Amino acid sequence: MAVITYRQALHDTLREEMLSDENVFLIGEEIGVFEGSYKITAGLLEEFGEKRVRDTPIAEEGFVGAAVGAAMLGLRPVVELMTINFSLLALDQIVNHAAKIYGMFGGQSSAPMVLRTPGGGGQQLGATHSQNIELYYAFVPGLKVVAPSTPADARALLKASLADNDPVLFLENLALYNTKGEVPEDAPPAEIGKAGITRTGSDITIIGYSRMATVATQVAEQLSEEGISAEVIDLRSLRPLDRETLVESVRKTGCAVITEDDWLTYGVGAEIAASISDGAFDYLDAPVRRVAAAEVPLPYAKPLERAALPSAESLKTAVRQTLEAVGHRR
Amino acid sequence: MTEIHMPRLSDTMEEGVISTWHKQVGDQINRGDVVAEIETDKAVMEMEAYDDGVLEKILVGEGETVPIGVPIGLMGDGSGAAAAAGPSDSGAQESSAGSEDAEASTDSAAAETAPRTAALSSGESGAEPHGRPKASPLARAVAREKGVDLSTVTGTGPGGRIIRVDIEAAAEAATDGAEQRRSQVPESRPAERSEAEQRDPDLEEIPLSNIRKVTARRLTESKQQAPHFYLTSAVDVTDLVSFRADLNERLQASGGPKVSVNDLVVKACATALRANPSVNVSFRDEKLFQHKRVHLGVAVALDSGLVVPVIPDADRKSVSEIAAEGKEKAERARDGKLKPDEMSGSTFSVSNLGMFGIEEFSAVINPPEAAILAVGATREEVQVHDGEFVVRKMMRMTLSADHRAVDGAVGAVFMQQLTSLLQDPIRIIA
Repeated sequence: MAVITYRQALHDTLREEMLSDENVFLIGEEIGVFEGSYKITAGLLEEFGEKRVRDTPIAEEGFVGAAVGAAMLGLRPVVELMTINFSLLALDQIVNHAAKIYGMFGGQSSAPMVLRTPGGGGQQLGATHSQNIELYYAFVPGLKVVAPSTPADARALLKASLADNDPVLFLENLALYNTKGEVPEDAPPAEIGKAGITRTGSDITIIGYSRMATVATQVAEQLSEEGISAEVIDLRSLRPLDRETLVESVRKTGCAVITEDDWLTYGVGAEIAASISDGAFDYLDAPVRRVAAAEVPLPYAKPLERAALPSAESLKTAVRQTLEAVGHRR
Repeated sequence: MTEIHMPRLSDTMEEGVISTWHKQVGDQINRGDVVAEIETDKAVMEMEAYDDGVLEKILVGEGETVPIGVPIGLMGDGSGAAAAAGPSDSGAQESSAGSEDAEASTDSAAAETAPRTAALSSGESGAEPHGRPKASPLARAVAREKGVDLSTVTGTGPGGRIIRVDIEAAAEAATDGAEQRRSQVPESRPAERSEAEQRDPDLEEIPLSNIRKVTARRLTESKQQAPHFYLTSAVDVTDLVSFRADLNERLQASGGPKVSVNDLVVKACATALRANPSVNVSFRDEKLFQHKRVHLGVAVALDSGLVVPVIPDADRKSVSEIAAEGKEKAERARDGKLKPDEMSGSTFSVSNLGMFGIEEFSAVINPPEAAILAVGATREEVQVHDGEFVVRKMMRMTLSADHRAVDGAVGAVFMQQLTSLLQDPIRIIA
């Protein structure tokens, strides 16, 4: 089993899928000659040619729309949106077209396509380039939104996304590209809509996705040295949402802390908290807490940017405070 | 008289709100005048008059919502005749009743919200609104399971909130005494032991049979929802007992099955119900139903719970038929082979605990029936007849009736007739 980066896992999986299915093609800005802003598509133009690796002008609505049409006619487009911030320019194509085709045409047509796009802050890219707006898409029925946090999940979920007949927003995170992990080459595609339990525990459930899922796992490891047994759930998919797994976990532990890189108000955590209240109300010993980004456009200045984003420390504090409130004896 | 109706102003419009009346009662209306502004699901639109006349009555006020087609106003010649005649169909009444309902529910919603808001704010100050202790949902669930009374527990959570550890500590303290008295109990099924058992080894949880679950639910509903009242009569069954002995001799001679006192009671009940249909009723969903047939349920106690096999049309069957059918169904009930439709549809039930020596008891009504008869044991008692002590065989029976469906006097007449039948048993088989 190879230990590779998240970036490499994405690249390898894309190549593999292009080799096995000639309907798969890539489209986006600077993915060909320049090999992608984050080098996910390195070498693919050379290998597969211009027909299958299509560089486009800076015109998000245009190339996403072209991909929707291609998907409706039987191809399997993989769109690279340079960052999720630019996806806003293609919002109409994604929300009003790709998401609705299956339902509005009574199932006669669908748009099986993958919209790969990195998001997240912490790279000192300023407020307009550092957002976690996946929630906008997770809100829309007809779209699927997945967010792998490990190289293995990146591979398994990308395979599943390409096999899916619905449009899938495939959320990457800039901070994860260089993280490494074991990637089993013969692993089957993931099941979209199934959360992962990355660590089992009995005192409290920590729920996160994408970058914060990896932070949560590290935090749980560290807290175990303090005698706290935390269970960590990596959502993996924001829509469909695996309410069952998280409710089951909270029923076991009686406490929950949710962590997310996006903003607090109306965020993914709000949906999770409502699901917990619905499915595990009688099992709660403390209010559900959320650890999210400060509600500001993300600052450029490094110390301010750090302070605005949720950290391992802020998550640890929230877990400790929740457990102290229910008399957890360490 | 011309009715003004709520117009259909868009394809998707189903109801509209009168936003403004531009005309008042008594105003002259000419065709094409704007009479009112209507708020639809899409926009506020002007409504023009199709006819000339005088607005005599406004049926739907500003701000009110009504479905399309419902009369909202009446136009006439100005004499007031239209207003006096009123709208032709009941749509307006219905809609106004509907809006009253809406108002009522708004009121009750407001009433509910008020204390809740208060609870929230006082909750923050750490007080206990309405004497309800502050406890986490988990603590409440665990308290329910362990039978701990929340009001006896001191909360150690934030603001004095009772949390799981508080309940566990309270339950532990309560069972400490029991622990010390613990004898050598064989540990059966250790893996399956419930949490309650683990706390108290003298306690074993028995899984609920389906019958017991259903019985528990239905009888709880019955006792909670049906206002029970009870009528007890003492019956002189001296003649009934000798009649039964005589009857059984004859039946045996002809190879028929024996009849029990209960079979005679069942038959007598069926006859009395036929004569008193007001007891053969059901109360369901705020409605009273009169049963045209008499189906008697006969309660049978099983190890797994209570079942009530039904003898349909008991009033049209002979006592020996009732005896044979009752016996056969009770046996199949014991084997668990009674079909669900053989246990439902009864209109009245009889429960007899006389064989256990119970002299008198009151039964819980088997819903949706309106009454049940509880029959006690027969025993010899000293009675006074014409100033002399005589020994008679007496049996007490108690009617439990649902007062929503049956009045006291109606139940009493039924009991009187039943008593008279049982005291003159030849009439039971007449």
